[in-house]
Amino acid sequence: MLYAILCYNDEDVVWSWSQEEDAAVMTKIGAVAERWAKAGKLGPSARLLPTTAATTLRKTQDPPLVIDGPFAETKEQLLGFYVVDVADLEEALELSRELAAVNPGGAYEIRPIGLYNADPRLCA
Amino acid sequence: MTDLAWINAAITAARPQAVGALLRYFRDLDTAEEAFQDACLRALKSWPQNGPPRDPTAWLIMVGRNAALDGVRKTSRLQALPDEDALSDLDDAEAPLVERLDGSHYRDDALRLLFICCHPDLPATQQIALALRIVSGLSVRQIARAFLVGEAAMEQRITRAKARIAQADTPFEAPGAVERSERLAAVAAMIYLVFNEGYSAGADPARAALCDEAIRLARLLLRLFQTEAEIMGLTALMLLQHARAAARFDANGEAVLLDDQDRGLWDAKLIAEGLALIDKGMRHRNPGPYQIQAAVAALHARAATAEDTDWAQIDALYAALERMTPSPVITLNRAVAVSKTAGPAAALELIEPLADRLGGYFHFFGARGAFLLQLGRDDEAREAFNRAIALANTPAEASHIRMCLDRLATGAAAPK
Repeated sequence: MLYAILCYNDEDVVWSWSQEEDAAVMTKIGAVAERWAKAGKLGPSARLLPTTAATTLRKTQDPPLVIDGPFAETKEQLLGFYVVDVADLEEALELSRELAAVNPGGAYEIRPIGLYNADPRLCA
Repeated sequence: MTDLAWINAAITAARPQAVGALLRYFRDLDTAEEAFQDACLRALKSWPQNGPPRDPTAWLIMVGRNAALDGVRKTSRLQALPDEDALSDLDDAEAPLVERLDGSHYRDDALRLLFICCHPDLPATQQIALALRIVSGLSVRQIARAFLVGEAAMEQRITRAKARIAQADTPFEAPGAVERSERLAAVAAMIYLVFNEGYSAGADPARAALCDEAIRLARLLLRLFQTEAEIMGLTALMLLQHARAAARFDANGEAVLLDDQDRGLWDAKLIAEGLALIDKGMRHRNPGPYQIQAAVAALHARAATAEDTDWAQIDALYAALERMTPSPVITLNRAVAVSKTAGPAAALELIEPLADRLGGYFHFFGARGAFLLQLGRDDEAREAFNRAIALANTPAEASHIRMCLDRLATGAAAPK
């Protein structure tokens, strides 16, 4: 069963990490993800750039409105995600705990995936 | 990441809002700073034991405020001290506080702090020092080291800046629209000065860290002004320039020219963020100097090799910048683009009239020497390079020119 692990954290804090701190966290996270990949449990994953670089297209009017910044002003922002292939919610939670152990602060939203399209560029 | 590293990052992130809020309560920079310092010490004690609070910024404001009030009571001996446990136990107090401190309040607090540091009565050097101390939270030692001055001198510079602000009867209310945009320009200029200190520092890591700090401040400013195209431009400009950091110096610390840089060493993440921001900014169709310079940097970033660079477009952008903010330095930059599109003779012709105004400017003679070299006018090139060396600001600049002189001496092929 496919789940998305959506990573939320305070980007002010995350982008205040020193380069060394950032690299240290990324190394630890990388090791966890590699374990999942070897076990055939890891799908696509991504780390997003700060919300200050984001643009939002509001579709509630016609034509849609282009807004500078993220969709919502929240204390914690969507900073990245993993797609994982697991047996059940318990296992998805287990993986999220592994991730949490090396990356403090914020929250993971664990969300089942309804429709999944792999990167078409990889299938060519 | 250790608890301590996380706490440090949380404190750094909270600092502009928290010190800004404390300044609103106490209307005195020293008191606000001490209160924040006090709150940080308590955080270091309390957070590892009790876990981090739900809202670290609100916690630091609350605890800082109580600690400072506490200090006032202690000195005036009016009231007995509440005990430490009562102060740290904020569970009840925190929630309503967070409710009250909504987004707009946070925004005004951080902004007020930036505006105060960029007070028009302060010279730029004091603005920078104060902002790095108060907003960024760098130690006086770190700032002194980054600006290559003694610690005592830097301490004095910051103290003077604070005294001047105290005298200036600074309004603590949010400024009106016109003043706001003037002050915003001052804050942007301050941030870019911080960046340039780091950027021009060569390979010295303590100074180069100023680039990271400037980018962090710019992201903060951009979050406060999400729709300001020039702030997008400023942030993009710094990201795109900083992205080249690893390629700008070779193993010996010698400067590597843009054309010769290994583009594989450019930071793809910073470039992606910079390109997204300049694209966002340009959509506003309200160009300004930062956006135009960022657009130039973006053209370099988008070129897979030096040969792919769209010099005609860069020429056009510098021409637009010249019209907007006429300056011989911009013309000099444009001349480099012209040398690529129209040849060194045209470039030389463009910069000849600048000789009077740029007679003390290293880059003028460096560029002049390079154009003359390409034209095969070796003697004049040598003379220009010798003038450049005498005006070099850093060892890296001097050694680059020495390399050009060496090439002249050995009759090696002229650089492009």
